[in-house]
Amino acid sequence: MNIPFGDPDRPNSYIGKTVPRPNARRLVQARGTYVDDMVLPRMAHVVFVRSPHAHARISGIDAAEALAIKGVLRIFTGEEIAKICSPWVAVLAHLKGLKSPPQHALAIDRACWVGEPVAAVVAASRAAAEEAAALVEVDYEPLPAVTDMMTALDAETPVIHDDMGDNLAFRRLHEEGDVPAAMASAHKVVSARFRTARHTGVTLEPRSILVDWNPAEKQLTAWHATQAPHMMQSVLAQQLGLPEGRVRVICGDVGGSFGIKVHVYPDEMATAAIAKIMARPVKFIADRLESFTTDIHARDHEIEAKIAVDADGKILAIDVDDWTAIGPYSVYPRTSAIEGNQVVNLCGGPYDFANYRAQTTVVFQNKTPTCQYRAVGHPIAVAITEGLVDMAAAGIGMDPVEFRRRNLYRDDAYPVTSPAKMRFEGLSHHQSLDKLVSLMDYDALRSEQAALRDRGIHRGIGIASFIELTNPSPFMYGIGGARISAQDGCTVRMDPDGSVVALSGVTEQGQGTEAMLSQIVAEGVGVRPDRVRVITGDTQVTPYGGGTWASRGAGIGGEAALQAARALRDAILEVAGAMLQCPSDALDIRAGAVVDVSTGEERMPLAELGRIVYFRGDTLPKGLPRELVQTRHFITSDYPFAFTNGVQASYLEVDVETGVVTLLKHWCVEDCGRIINPQLVDEQIRGGIVQGLGGALFEEIHYDAEGQLLNGSMADYLVPMAGEMPDMVIGHVETPTRESELGAKGAGEAGTAGAPAAVMNAINDALRPLGGQVTEMPFTPERILRALGTIRN
Amino acid sequence: MSEAFQDRVDIGLTVNGEPVEARVPAGQHLIDFLRLGLGLTGAHAGCEHGVCGACTIYVDGESVRGCLMLAAQSDGADVWTVEGLSELGSIGDLQEAFVARNALQCGFCTPGMLVAADELLRGDRIPSRREIRAHLSGNYCRCTGYEAIVDAVEEVARTRAEKGAA
Repeated sequence: MNIPFGDPDRPNSYIGKTVPRPNARRLVQARGTYVDDMVLPRMAHVVFVRSPHAHARISGIDAAEALAIKGVLRIFTGEEIAKICSPWVAVLAHLKGLKSPPQHALAIDRACWVGEPVAAVVAASRAAAEEAAALVEVDYEPLPAVTDMMTALDAETPVIHDDMGDNLAFRRLHEEGDVPAAMASAHKVVSARFRTARHTGVTLEPRSILVDWNPAEKQLTAWHATQAPHMMQSVLAQQLGLPEGRVRVICGDVGGSFGIKVHVYPDEMATAAIAKIMARPVKFIADRLESFTTDIHARDHEIEAKIAVDADGKILAIDVDDWTAIGPYSVYPRTSAIEGNQVVNLCGGPYDFANYRAQTTVVFQNKTPTCQYRAVGHPIAVAITEGLVDMAAAGIGMDPVEFRRRNLYRDDAYPVTSPAKMRFEGLSHHQSLDKLVSLMDYDALRSEQAALRDRGIHRGIGIASFIELTNPSPFMYGIGGARISAQDGCTVRMDPDGSVVALSGVTEQGQGTEAMLSQIVAEGVGVRPDRVRVITGDTQVTPYGGGTWASRGAGIGGEAALQAARALRDAILEVAGAMLQCPSDALDIRAGAVVDVSTGEERMPLAELGRIVYFRGDTLPKGLPRELVQTRHFITSDYPFAFTNGVQASYLEVDVETGVVTLLKHWCVEDCGRIINPQLVDEQIRGGIVQGLGGALFEEIHYDAEGQLLNGSMADYLVPMAGEMPDMVIGHVETPTRESELGAKGAGEAGTAGAPAAVMNAINDALRPLGGQVTEMPFTPERILRALGTIRN
Repeated sequence: MSEAFQDRVDIGLTVNGEPVEARVPAGQHLIDFLRLGLGLTGAHAGCEHGVCGACTIYVDGESVRGCLMLAAQSDGADVWTVEGLSELGSIGDLQEAFVARNALQCGFCTPGMLVAADELLRGDRIPSRREIRAHLSGNYCRCTGYEAIVDAVEEVARTRAEKGAA
């Protein structure tokens, strides 16, 4: 049950307030420490020789010329690395039928995508390693490449992995109700084909790892730009055959993650193996081309979908056939079936309807592996659902807001289970939609749109309701056998000066985790946030936890911090009661001092209590507990996930002569439960929206038919720039989860989930009177002009 | 090894107000010299194509992509990075505004972004939001969605103008 945090005048009221991030000042002064900023004694650099072919047999590697380069220390092939780094297989038991072949750190015998690491060059400097890598001669015999998703399972298409039998990695069909009957009896059925482009995360800091092996201590230490230090500890130990307790993963400043840095990458595993072999620190920093060819890709889906509605606009059925291609391997350990699985789980999510059928088909191909990237599956599912909803509304001549009002789950309907069998504890679709409509002044905007239309200016308004999966339980990965912690922990300690240290298993990727934790601990103990020092990202120091993924930091890590902080408060007050000879419940801690609970009068600063406990414990009653360190863990158990909800709107203008879309404004109202720091939540939403807008308008990885990646630079793969992004209005509804006292759910992915659908609907709203419709992202000028019939061939 | 990489060039320049003399590889980019040679790790190498702007620094008073200029070209130059600008205090108002507005998340783009923003605000005119957005379009940020950055820069433009007028 929730603790009430509503009263802004309560003591220590830091939860719910905008408090500056403790680490921000360090970063603006350029005092951050990212992995590439670190230099260790005897540090060597590794650069990888990568396959230029999408699929090729490796018949020989000649490193003689490369070894002659001054500064080169060693060159490794796949076979040498495999002697100490075992291959991994990325399947999970709960994803029935998922298959994937063993994957090695460096390719052995065969390379399966352009960019797969084939050999590793270690040198005293990166420049020398790069120079030598270009001189490693690899004999390749090109093999036929599978590059087309929709023909991957055809009989005439070569099978990439003979052992797998075919190119099917995973297929799941979910059926609820009677979709064919509902379609047959419907007033109107609308069908559409959607496509979401292949993206990658483009973290500004490339993937980075620095690994040292100390043979004297038999300890491996990895400084790693990662979201999940404990998961990586487990993986490094397992694949290198080390005890988990002898692997330490340290995660300092990370230059953006977005899901890219939560996976196991072969080049990073090879770096660890090389450090172990060479018994010295080895650093690997991906360059930008390597980022494009080897960071996980995502969102490459093709979908056929249908919606059936009755004459009143009530949704009767949704039918989705989703296809995605994941590259030659499922990515370890989260697997590459989750995104398709999420599409099945999330389509139709906001709506109360009965008949649902969805199938995802996940195939292998010879391109960069895909896996979980921010909002995993959500942007696809929301685009399908909201695209269909707008088309259905238009098809029966109903306003899209009114259509949604008729179909969204009522705000008093909870708890409820969706046709996809997702369980919702409490959502606020109608309240959120009402707030959005009022924030954007929907009716006025419609009038403006109509008036401008008369002058030949084509503007569009697009709405997208969504749900977001947050606060995952072990149902996401753990039940499938992955050593990925859904639980998280926090240790809170009071030091002699009365300051507090909080050690947490969730991590900071820039989203503000440490600020959020400092506020919660400050409120829970009763000190100012600047008296709380937060430590994250060190497996040897923090409690065991999952890190940053699936929007869990505040909801899971925050609750553990709150529980630990309150336990510390109780422990402090027990000592204070003994010192002041009064019942501890007559005391409180406020702003770093023990006070009388009823009058607020200060009785003793925490520094005095700290002095007595740590230096004059002899003056306290013998046997008095004085544990000023408390640890608590938290895991959700009532629901597999805490769903959030929200709704976005896009207002934009389409230049029908050039096909260029100008984003004018964007709105989002979302409900992440308890808000701990309003500013940080708003900025998570804004940043998320812009990543979604990138997918809607610009981002698309191109391959040719042979599997060559065509746009592997930031000049060619377009991400949003300041000049093309709109201002965004953010609003909130707060429906706390009752699973925790804090009541927080996640907010990190909501923006990305809904933005592409809102833009698609806005563009189609602008194009509809002209007879055009787009459903293939990104909505480039060319695609818009094709939709308008301006380009025909 | 190619001849180009064997070649070393002697340079003398000023970095953050301090004289520096070094022998650098002819092919070394200025950003790598600053990071590897001088330990000034504030500016970052993000794309090495001059696109992302994470390596933006001042060279002779102009913002420059550290990845598009060779260290050898900096002989005689006056180079400032965010480390030096922080000590100087010349961008203190921007830094405070970035913190207050949470105009940074991971912080990787921030040093370059601050230089670009500072350059825009040198004039005595208050730029419009559109101008701020246009000027910062050579500096990618993947975290914030830019609005907070635009807000922070706009705020500093206003306070600098007010101070100038006072």
